Amino acid sequence: MSLRLDVHDLTVARGGVPILEGLSFGLQAGEVLVLRGPNGSGKTTLLRTIAGLQPPMAGSVSLPPEAIAYGAHADGLKATLTVEENLTFWGKMHATDAVEDALTHFNLSALRSRAAQNLSAGQKRRLGLARLLVAGRPIWLLDEPTVSLDIASVALFAEAVRAHVGAGGAALIATHIDLGLEARVFDVGPFKARHDGPRAAHSAFDEALA
Amino acid sequence: MIALLVRDMRLAVRAGGGFGLSLAFFLIVVVLVPFGVGPEGDMLGRIAPGILWVGALLSCLLSLDRIFQLDFEDGSLDLLATAPIPMEGIVAVKALAHWLTTGLPLVIAGPLFGALLNMPPAGYFWVFVTLLLGTPALSVIGAFGAALTVGLKRGGLLLSLLVLPLYMPTLIFGAEAAARGIDGFDNATPLLMLAGITAAAIALLPFAAAAALRINIS
Repeated sequence: MSLRLDVHDLTVARGGVPILEGLSFGLQAGEVLVLRGPNGSGKTTLLRTIAGLQPPMAGSVSLPPEAIAYGAHADGLKATLTVEENLTFWGKMHATDAVEDALTHFNLSALRSRAAQNLSAGQKRRLGLARLLVAGRPIWLLDEPTVSLDIASVALFAEAVRAHVGAGGAALIATHIDLGLEARVFDVGPFKARHDGPRAAHSAFDEALA
Repeated sequence: MIALLVRDMRLAVRAGGGFGLSLAFFLIVVVLVPFGVGPEGDMLGRIAPGILWVGALLSCLLSLDRIFQLDFEDGSLDLLATAPIPMEGIVAVKALAHWLTTGLPLVIAGPLFGALLNMPPAGYFWVFVTLLLGTPALSVIGAFGAALTVGLKRGGLLLSLLVLPLYMPTLIFGAEAAARGIDGFDNATPLLMLAGITAAAIALLPFAAAAALRINIS
């Protein structure tokens, strides 16, 4: 399987304003790429664009079809469903059968019949991450996956990522903490878009008047 | 797809879901009408099919914003968008779940509540048939409206304003077919129009709703 994510000269926009431009990088099987950048620098927008949730403003993203598992800030949990029901739903949507493994891996087996509304923030996050295992997709796009996790849970998560890339997967992770993974780091800072759109329009207008 | 249907039905029935709300609202409307228009049996019987249709339509409207809004807020909609099922399929399944939890109970309750309005005996059959033919269109059109307004805070008002005009043909032909049936006239034409509207809505609107959702989540 030629699993490869290629981003070529990509410009991403939030609310119609470009925030990152000229992004080019690649990610292949067995690799972890960590995205760095200050708050508001466009990491989430970049991940959403790669996930296909919003169109790129320019450039291209090439990846195999149905390869992406996206882990956002919101975990997409249903409060009135139990832990097991939440995971089973995603398992059926992706036609996989990994619910038990995911529960075991993220140490959720004891909580399986508890409603998601009665979980702590860290437990919810673990359940949200367990969904990645259930989805069975080769490329993980993760947006601040360790928020509200304690040290032990971060280790569980790092272990899951390690196992995933070891099995031929890949992960693109926006995070601020060191996960203890062997990973390349990609800083989005230098790709910040110059906000010269309106100014350029203005000078053209001046030229027209001159 | 069945998993999504089961999940939506389960969420509707669990505590905090919308199941029963529409039905209770429908009952309230039907109970209040005799107090409003007076207790004359003839008059109530004559307006019964119209009241039942208006009541069913308003009850349906009440639960529309739940179709996508909750999934949008908790991030499930993004995850569904990256799932293997196309967005059109997601819209169709969620509209079906809405019909099963809202429309179908109204279809069953409509004739029963007709008894409260002194509806003529023929009305039980015709109200049931017209609601059965018409309510799927209400759910699908509603899903389209919900998809258009999904990103908006307090989008409920806008949703109602958008959807109500689209509901008009269904209401007109549905109530007309029921009233004609009760009076013993030939009602094939309004029935066919009603069925046609439903068929067209089911065939076309999932595509429009999916396009609206894609724009709204980006």
